[in-house]
Amino acid sequence: MKVTIDGIEIDVPKGTTILQAARMIGPEVAPPAMCYYTKLKTSGGYCRTCIVKVTQGSTANPNPMPKPVASCRTEVMDGMVVQNFTSPEILEARKGVVEFLLINHPLDCPVCDQAGECKLQDLGYENGSVKTRYEFKRREYDMIDIGDKIKLHMTRCILCYRCVKVCEQITDGRVHGAIHRGDAAEISTYIDKAINNDFSGNVIDVCPVGALTDKTFRFKSRVWFTKPVDAHRKCDKCCGKTRVWLKGDEVLRVTARKDQWDEVHEFICNDCRYDHKKTSDWVIEGPSHISRNSVISQNHYEHLNELKLQALKQQKALGFMNIDKRP
Amino acid sequence: MALQLTNRSKVVSNKEQSVSEKLYLPGIIKGMSITLSHLFKRRATVKYPDEQRPRAEVYRGQHVLKRDDNGAERCTACGLCAVACPAEAITMESAERKKGEENLYREEKYAKTYEINMLRCIFCGLCEEACPKEAIFLTDRIVDTEFERDDFVYGKDKLVEKTDKRIDVSKRQTLEVAAFKKLPGLKHNTMWDGKKQIKDKH
Repeated sequence: MKVTIDGIEIDVPKGTTILQAARMIGPEVAPPAMCYYTKLKTSGGYCRTCIVKVTQGSTANPNPMPKPVASCRTEVMDGMVVQNFTSPEILEARKGVVEFLLINHPLDCPVCDQAGECKLQDLGYENGSVKTRYEFKRREYDMIDIGDKIKLHMTRCILCYRCVKVCEQITDGRVHGAIHRGDAAEISTYIDKAINNDFSGNVIDVCPVGALTDKTFRFKSRVWFTKPVDAHRKCDKCCGKTRVWLKGDEVLRVTARKDQWDEVHEFICNDCRYDHKKTSDWVIEGPSHISRNSVISQNHYEHLNELKLQALKQQKALGFMNIDKRP
Repeated sequence: MALQLTNRSKVVSNKEQSVSEKLYLPGIIKGMSITLSHLFKRRATVKYPDEQRPRAEVYRGQHVLKRDDNGAERCTACGLCAVACPAEAITMESAERKKGEENLYREEKYAKTYEINMLRCIFCGLCEEACPKEAIFLTDRIVDTEFERDDFVYGKDKLVEKTDKRIDVSKRQTLEVAAFKKLPGLKHNTMWDGKKQIKDKH
């Protein structure tokens, strides 16, 4: 099926959503998504940040769709024409969506452990307005400990339901879900019941904001002072391929590896995540790829060894530093 | 001939001196009159530290970590000053506030240690600009001299202002900053118990 997004045409198989098609083209046309997660079935459709304008429904029915549609839940039709960043209407609408997402979100980024890798921060920075117009008291909840390793700040939650889907699909025996409805909805473990499943820690990785955070990493360091490296170990529960966040020789935390859409490659088990906090536990492969636009790329030299070799080669070619011929 | 850089160089000659030049007196008088005239001119120096030159209100000198009006430390160890610092002079460690420490630290996270290496610091003021909590300010105080290099690493004991000796930084806060601070709904405008709006003077 042929679909055109922001003027770029692509051929995709039947059943592909607009969001997936846009991601196939690349980040220059892909709409942001806060709740959709490729690896979680039935996710998406809650946050409305991925709205796009369909200016032509299909070749058979070239009428435009009357309202912006959620691209994560809308399948492409043959000959569909979609506008995302090229439509000022959509940018305006997305700005409104961001404002609504931020209505109850506290401005506690200086305290929050997610700061620096928070999708809502990025979204607000790219699409939001500088000032808030909201003047009322924000929704507040007490902090909840989900087990002894996960902390839930309901105040920061944007109700994307990703964590609920993880518990439903990755772990067995769900003890964690959402209670109440609408504005009063909240993520809960049904009276603080701990999640004891081996894969429960993945709710931390899927959370786009700082609502679910790792208690073993709580207030240890800001993410941009730590150095992410790809590492692996032999694990009989999961693939064992993780991202280890180092400060000096200390392992501050372990997360799953994430792709450019901030989605994990493979879910990892709690053993790898919480119980292996020594550098000797891991076989380090090399520095992780971090986007140049991220604050985490501060002092992060991915290709340092290559650069060193290159410089050495150049110096040799110019005749400086004849290391080989030194007596 | 050597390389000539300017055309002001004088060629030395062995020409015999004239009578007036042999007397040396006109030369001495000319020199002394220049010296004498300087006695009656305004002095270029001041007798520091007894006397001090006036400094601008926004002079960038030694830093201060402010407390709020209740005496609680404003710094929440967010690390933005350290990441903004071009000289990498700032380091910190954070810790979680315990129950009963609400009067000491304003937010649930605080700086357990906070160090500025004054030898590294270039006093650019970017930390002040980056601070989201109005915690760090540069002041018009001059950093003391020390004998040991280690003594230039200022910890919280030297940086945090004393409750009985507040440091006024109101001059450093622009109208925009003041307007932003008064926005309702901002967490740092409410007290730690989240009830009353405080009026911050400093």
